[in-house]
Amino acid sequence: MLSRVAERLYWMSRYLERSENLARLLTVYSNLLFDLPRGARIGWHTLLEITGSMEEFQQSHQITDERAVIRYLLADARYPGSLLSTLVLARENARTTREIIPAEAWEQINNLYLVVRDSAGRSVARGPRQDLLQQVIGSCQQLTGLFEGAMSHNSGYRFIELARSIERADMTTRIVHAGSANLLPDNVPEDGEPAAVEPYENLIWMSILRSSSAYQMYRQHVQDRVNAEDVVTFLLQDPLFPRSVLHCLNRLEEGLQPLPHNDRVLRDVAGALRRVGDTRVNVQSGRALTEYIDALQQEIGTIHIAIEQTWLQPAIAQDATQ
Amino acid sequence: MHIDWKEYQTGGFYDELISSPGYPRRSARILAGYLASLSSEELQQRKAAAELAIKTLGISFTVYSEAGNIDREWPFDIIPRIISEKQWLKTSAGLQQRLAALNCFIHDIYNARKIIKDKVFPEALLAQSDNFRRECVGMQPALEVWAHICGSDLVRDGDGQFYVLEDNLRVPSGVSYMLENRKVTKRVLPELFENYLIQPVTEYPAQLFDTLAAISPRPLDYPEVVVLTPGIYNSAYFEHSFLAQQMGVELVEGSDLVVEDEMVYMRTIHGLSRVDVIYRRVDDLFLDPEVFRRDSALGVPGLMRAWLKGNVALANAPGAGVADDKAVYAHVPDMIRYYLGEEPLLPNVPTYLCNDPVQRDHVLKHLDELVVKPVNESGGYGMLMGPQASKRERQRFAGLIKANPRNYIAQPLVSLSTAPVLGEKGVEPRHIDLRPFILQGRNTWVTPGGLTRVAMTRGSYVVNSSQGGGSKDTWIVSDGEGR
Repeated sequence: MLSRVAERLYWMSRYLERSENLARLLTVYSNLLFDLPRGARIGWHTLLEITGSMEEFQQSHQITDERAVIRYLLADARYPGSLLSTLVLARENARTTREIIPAEAWEQINNLYLVVRDSAGRSVARGPRQDLLQQVIGSCQQLTGLFEGAMSHNSGYRFIELARSIERADMTTRIVHAGSANLLPDNVPEDGEPAAVEPYENLIWMSILRSSSAYQMYRQHVQDRVNAEDVVTFLLQDPLFPRSVLHCLNRLEEGLQPLPHNDRVLRDVAGALRRVGDTRVNVQSGRALTEYIDALQQEIGTIHIAIEQTWLQPAIAQDATQ
Repeated sequence: MHIDWKEYQTGGFYDELISSPGYPRRSARILAGYLASLSSEELQQRKAAAELAIKTLGISFTVYSEAGNIDREWPFDIIPRIISEKQWLKTSAGLQQRLAALNCFIHDIYNARKIIKDKVFPEALLAQSDNFRRECVGMQPALEVWAHICGSDLVRDGDGQFYVLEDNLRVPSGVSYMLENRKVTKRVLPELFENYLIQPVTEYPAQLFDTLAAISPRPLDYPEVVVLTPGIYNSAYFEHSFLAQQMGVELVEGSDLVVEDEMVYMRTIHGLSRVDVIYRRVDDLFLDPEVFRRDSALGVPGLMRAWLKGNVALANAPGAGVADDKAVYAHVPDMIRYYLGEEPLLPNVPTYLCNDPVQRDHVLKHLDELVVKPVNESGGYGMLMGPQASKRERQRFAGLIKANPRNYIAQPLVSLSTAPVLGEKGVEPRHIDLRPFILQGRNTWVTPGGLTRVAMTRGSYVVNSSQGGGSKDTWIVSDGEGR
């Protein structure tokens, strides 16, 4: 497998997974925010925080209302993290690896892109928004199935899998991060009114679970009422739930086994696994949890760089060390 | 928009499907009857289905424009063009004969040069050829074949006879569209495949792979064959990717390849891996910055060294373009007689070489009747369509010819045959040509049919997709009435 092709498959897969996650995030938060009173600490701006796009958004927008945020995250072609841009990039990477991926996968990606390109602008309103987002989530899930069921489980497939695991782990940490930053003590601003959110806390943690498709599985696994500690522990450390950070890292480790020259990447994954596996997550202090998650995100970033330098752009890695 | 063939006016041209209003040709009777049986809505539905299929299959080509490169959907007309099997057999034999002679010629030119010594081919033409590569002199490629893949353009004149208009021996494109056109037709007119026995075209990628594998320097069962593309911004990228996929080989860009010890390797996740055969879709001059254009970022430094050593095979071989020159084209019938001792089975379009003073005078005096073409352009650029051109335009060309006579040839205007195209208001005739693809390795093989290109504007002769041309599926069917 050519390094360049591996790189394109890797990014195609990350962008597809990101599209699905983003679509789910927008769906869940739309539902949640319809239920919350205006002025709650969780608001449309939370979507910008989770996606890490607050700074860029503020450069071009004064008002952080539903319409502006949704348009930005859904249909803004200039913002590289919007659903539209993410699908453009997924499609471009798929288009340049057409000879590798199953033909139906390319057709599906191309089709999904065309649908979003043609309707994202019209889908900012609540009604059509839900339809479009459902379609995106469904298409991405179909694609995951297509790769699993119609592509030989060769090196190319491995990179698609690796990328998905990394992207999922990354997104889950972001979702937990947003919850911890907004809901847990000692992150509440001095002049804030914590009481305003509290009655809804339960609802919000449920939404956080839903953002990771985790609500139902969580309920089966945790008998207690929905509470911060159990939710955070489940999303970070559950070994069986496919979007938990621990599960993603385990998958990653497994997927790396058949690849050549994998020692450095395996070492980095082991480092991240130690951090996730060994700790009893402290949800009493929002600050401590935030720091913990920051460190975890950095470890995930390190794994990505190791993959890049080992397989995707080996030449650049060599140049850098010379 | 219901089709009534009695109202279809061919305007005196040879029409591929309809011999005179209301009378389809023998092999087109079932098709014509079927189309006439469809209601206006049904026809529109089929047309829309074809457009949708092309969109979702992502069959596209790239147009270069000032506003950047645009990926455009492939223009396609749903009514197939039909050629009878009997006529095709003769045409196919003529194409194979032609490529065999062209390969003898290229090999001779870079080696013994017998054809020049025997005064059958003028040396002067060669000396001024843009596509002659000094670097290739003395090279002995496997099987003595230089042009493994050839796309020849055929036109049918008013008499119904096929003529060869040109041979494309450098990096001919279009074959993927031939294959995709058939796929689309099967989706939108599946009923017709019940009544017609149409020669399948799907064998091409397998034949291409065999042709390429046959020239591998290492005698392996599965030599490492790759397709070398200039990259995603090339207008034919779709095709490069398509062929790599169909053959199950790697699609590489120049930066994926590296030459060490005069051997070619590709960079893989396992490290460097040896390459045996490169189907290159990059022009000669961009292949190797060590030898040709130094600023080429598309090529591979050292590639020519590896090829000259015989450590890697290139298809088509560098320098094969020497025979892809419209001035050399005029001599192909002589080559067939000289190398093969046979009479040409397929005629050339009569060609005047502006290099020859007598012929040049004739051209300059008859500019209003002739088509003038630069010898090295492709894509229909830089031409003068004498009968339609303004006086000023003709004067400009007279100047160009006098300044650089070797660069021009002239041909009488061939009244290209027509075929019905489904438009907004029904069927109308449009001019078409045909590009079959010929492969030569250990064996020779011709696509059954080829890519039919259509000038989508009424009366226009310009069929190039880069200039708004369209295409049709091409059927070779037996003369009996279908199945």
